[in-house]
Amino acid sequence: QKLAEAILQEKKDFNISIHLARSLPLPSERDHLRPRIDLIVFMIDIKSKYSLKNVETSLAYVDASFFLGKVCFLVTGVGRVNACSIDTNAVCKLGEAYCSPVLFCELELEGVRGATAQRLLRILQICAGHIPGVSALSFVSLMRKSDVD
Amino acid sequence: VVASLRQHTNNQERQNFNLSFHAHRAGILDTVDAQKIAFLLRKAWTLYSVTPLFRFHRARLTEYARLLSAFIAAEKRKGLAVEVGVELDIKVALTSLADLRGSELDQAALLVQLSSRSQASSRNSEDKLVWSGWFCSMFGDDFSENVLEDFTCLPLFLSHGAESYTTLVGSWFQKTFDCCFRRLAISPLNLSWMVAMWAGCKLDRAASAVELVFSVPCLSQPLDISYAIHPEDAKALWDTVQKTPGEITQEEVDVFMDCLYAHFHRHFKIHLSATKLVKVSTAVASAHCDGIVKILHSQYLPGVLMLLTELAISQIQ
Repeated sequence: QKLAEAILQEKKDFNISIHLARSLPLPSERDHLRPRIDLIVFMIDIKSKYSLKNVETSLAYVDASFFLGKVCFLVTGVGRVNACSIDTNAVCKLGEAYCSPVLFCELELEGVRGATAQRLLRILQICAGHIPGVSALSFVSLMRKSDVD
Repeated sequence: VVASLRQHTNNQERQNFNLSFHAHRAGILDTVDAQKIAFLLRKAWTLYSVTPLFRFHRARLTEYARLLSAFIAAEKRKGLAVEVGVELDIKVALTSLADLRGSELDQAALLVQLSSRSQASSRNSEDKLVWSGWFCSMFGDDFSENVLEDFTCLPLFLSHGAESYTTLVGSWFQKTFDCCFRRLAISPLNLSWMVAMWAGCKLDRAASAVELVFSVPCLSQPLDISYAIHPEDAKALWDTVQKTPGEITQEEVDVFMDCLYAHFHRHFKIHLSATKLVKVSTAVASAHCDGIVKILHSQYLPGVLMLLTELAISQIQ
């Protein structure tokens, strides 16, 4: 919730609408009213194995075309290593399996929350095609190369 | 800005936690007098990680004991009284536990004991043990390999007794050997490794139940859930999950825990995976996320210490 607000507060010159959902699939009744989806961010709380399981089952409902750069995994709560209930290798493998970047952040800290909001906004701009010369797919392969390095 | 995540001990694909094999290597089963290590069992030890000690000489233990004793007396005079009222004379004993180590590369464990003899009593009454702490390294080879000459590696420290004494002893060691003590917390991920490993241990006599305690977050009133499993059921489950004896993978631990969670959900409709695992108890040992362990079975002592040593090392690095 707070992250959504932080994203909306960031200075930008286009309209964003953010839809928060606990799991997928989204209820089909509203399909015709739904605007085009440019980016899906799956949030995984490092303190909750349940959140990882939830994301894994929700992934099945995402159309394959989204995985060409329009999906991103956001792991939250990394500030507290000692409360970790998830193996981070498993999350990284998930990111690799779905060809999508994995970002780590700590939403409790306002500074990091703001920075994460900025990052997501940037990714969103690319996914929506607002940055000429950079497509979602090329951006993802750029990120993947820098991870390997 | 991306927060960087510390590496866990379990980031290797396969871990060799062959408990009985290592125990044999250590020779603990055969050579060490069960009496000698009896003091380790059934006590709640608070865990710390300790950075290597600089210029620690095992030959000087009596001298160190004297210095520590003087330090404690001086601190008491300064007004940092540990016991109110009764004037206690604290006697310090430092002993080397030669057999308590994993491999030849490990340093032998070091035991510190504080005993009191009340000044009020005139005859030579027996000293009462008020606090004990010990440093140890069980197969901490990877860590001690890369360390320079003047340093002694004993990354795991366990204490039992009043925290005020722990602080006194800790600060003396920190000042004298330029090391650093930090409380060792155990994450839910590591606790689940422990319960999987320990529930699968073969025990000759009747074992106590396997118990997991979960703390439920985000409630107005804190709620703890205790989940007890019959030890034979737990062992049977682990035996079906583990593929290679002597090796444990993250996947196997996940499957084991998922089975337990699914069973609980079937009965109570509660997702334990959304809660925080705070304590695990088995017949072998019990561990709490605040870094408190109790070792209950001498046969698996080396295995438990080995795991704790690894956690301590990963906290230092």
